[in-house]
Amino acid sequence: MAAFASGKRYLSQRSAPIDLRFVGYAAACVALMFFDQRGGWLETVRYGLRATAYPLELALSSPSAAWRFTREIFEERAALQVENRALRDENRKLQLLAMQRARLERDNAELRALATGATDVVEQWLHADVIGSETTSLKQRLTVDRGAVNGVFEGQAVIAGAGLIGQSFRVGPWSTEIILLSDPEHAVPVQLTRTGVRTLALGSGETSLLSLPYLPLQTDVRAGDQLITSGLGGVFPAGIPVAEITEVRRDGNSPLAQVRARTYAALDRDRIVSFIWPRTAHPAAGGKPRAEQGGDPDARK
Amino acid sequence: MKLPRQGRMRAAFVMLIAFVLQSIPLPTALDVVRPPLLVLAVVYWSLRAPGVGGIGIGFLSGLALDIYRGALFGQYALATTLVAYIGVRQHLLIRNQTPFQQGLFVFASLVVWEFVVWLIDGWTGQPTGNWSRWLPVLSGTVAWPLVAWLLERGDTHAHR
Repeated sequence: MAAFASGKRYLSQRSAPIDLRFVGYAAACVALMFFDQRGGWLETVRYGLRATAYPLELALSSPSAAWRFTREIFEERAALQVENRALRDENRKLQLLAMQRARLERDNAELRALATGATDVVEQWLHADVIGSETTSLKQRLTVDRGAVNGVFEGQAVIAGAGLIGQSFRVGPWSTEIILLSDPEHAVPVQLTRTGVRTLALGSGETSLLSLPYLPLQTDVRAGDQLITSGLGGVFPAGIPVAEITEVRRDGNSPLAQVRARTYAALDRDRIVSFIWPRTAHPAAGGKPRAEQGGDPDARK
Repeated sequence: MKLPRQGRMRAAFVMLIAFVLQSIPLPTALDVVRPPLLVLAVVYWSLRAPGVGGIGIGFLSGLALDIYRGALFGQYALATTLVAYIGVRQHLLIRNQTPFQQGLFVFASLVVWEFVVWLIDGWTGQPTGNWSRWLPVLSGTVAWPLVAWLLERGDTHAHR
């Protein structure tokens, strides 16, 4: 009991008896729990306390975080490198696929346009890819990857996209040079669809632009008129869309109107063109019989 | 106790260390058996130097646990205060016991501590967990001799 008594004496030096203090603390705890359970202002206190505890939590979690970080650096580096390499390979492959897909989409669109642009005088066509082009003010030429072995002959009409683009000029065995409508040396017999007036459309040397220099001043022609092939001259079958009139200038010094037209086909952008074989029996077909044309289109059917 | 002010500083420092050790994130397998070092420290101070911290230190430690563990405000505080109170109340008796009996006392204190927390969990409708919540009681009892020895050693050195 002596020990107990000495304890009491020691404890009595404190400001309040130990039992009382315990009751006080316990009451405080219970009150805290009560208010916390009810919700309310203690929520705010807790919020603030959690905020102040955050740096401590951060500090406490830092050793394990550092450990993880170190382990990642040293152990997972190799794995990451492998993964990185694999991803890069895959990315390259996907990029190639995407490029191919874009090209296919473009090709598809052009082929659709070709199919709709061809008229019913066309019996057969042969697609060719453009492999070269020369479009200066002196020469407007394309080179495509089809030639005599495919049945292409000289002076064959070539269409692309929405309309005529020109004719085959020099035919090689596996490739063909196409002279475009806009070549300054080229002329195509055309007809105005609105009035039926026939004339020649000459190449201007500028991409996709034609000039119609032989229309008299009083000719009924205006911007927006459509030009189709007239079928005269024996090279182009009749009825193929060629160009749209963009500009008509009439000045008194000249007896002729100065007319410009823009081709329907985008001569500088088309990547697929079509050689066409007109239906020989068709009245709109060109004058030359097919037997004289050198190629054998049936072989390509 | 000769220098209460210095003693309090030491106590606060030790409590901080204990809190950090109790709060450092551990893998789950280790976490379930982590001894409640903060409670052990409270018990130690209650027995060894009731005048330094006493019940107040238990209350503050419990509040720290409440905040850190996101428990109901006052839950751990009440349990830890109770343990500190028992320790302070009985410190003169316990001091004279053998280490084994002191260990039993610590075991009982931890049981009371966990029991209070468990009761409040149940009363307030929070999940009460399974049997594994009592594992720290055992691991705490096992760790007690080491903790007591370390703290005792520090004390002796400090007072020399």
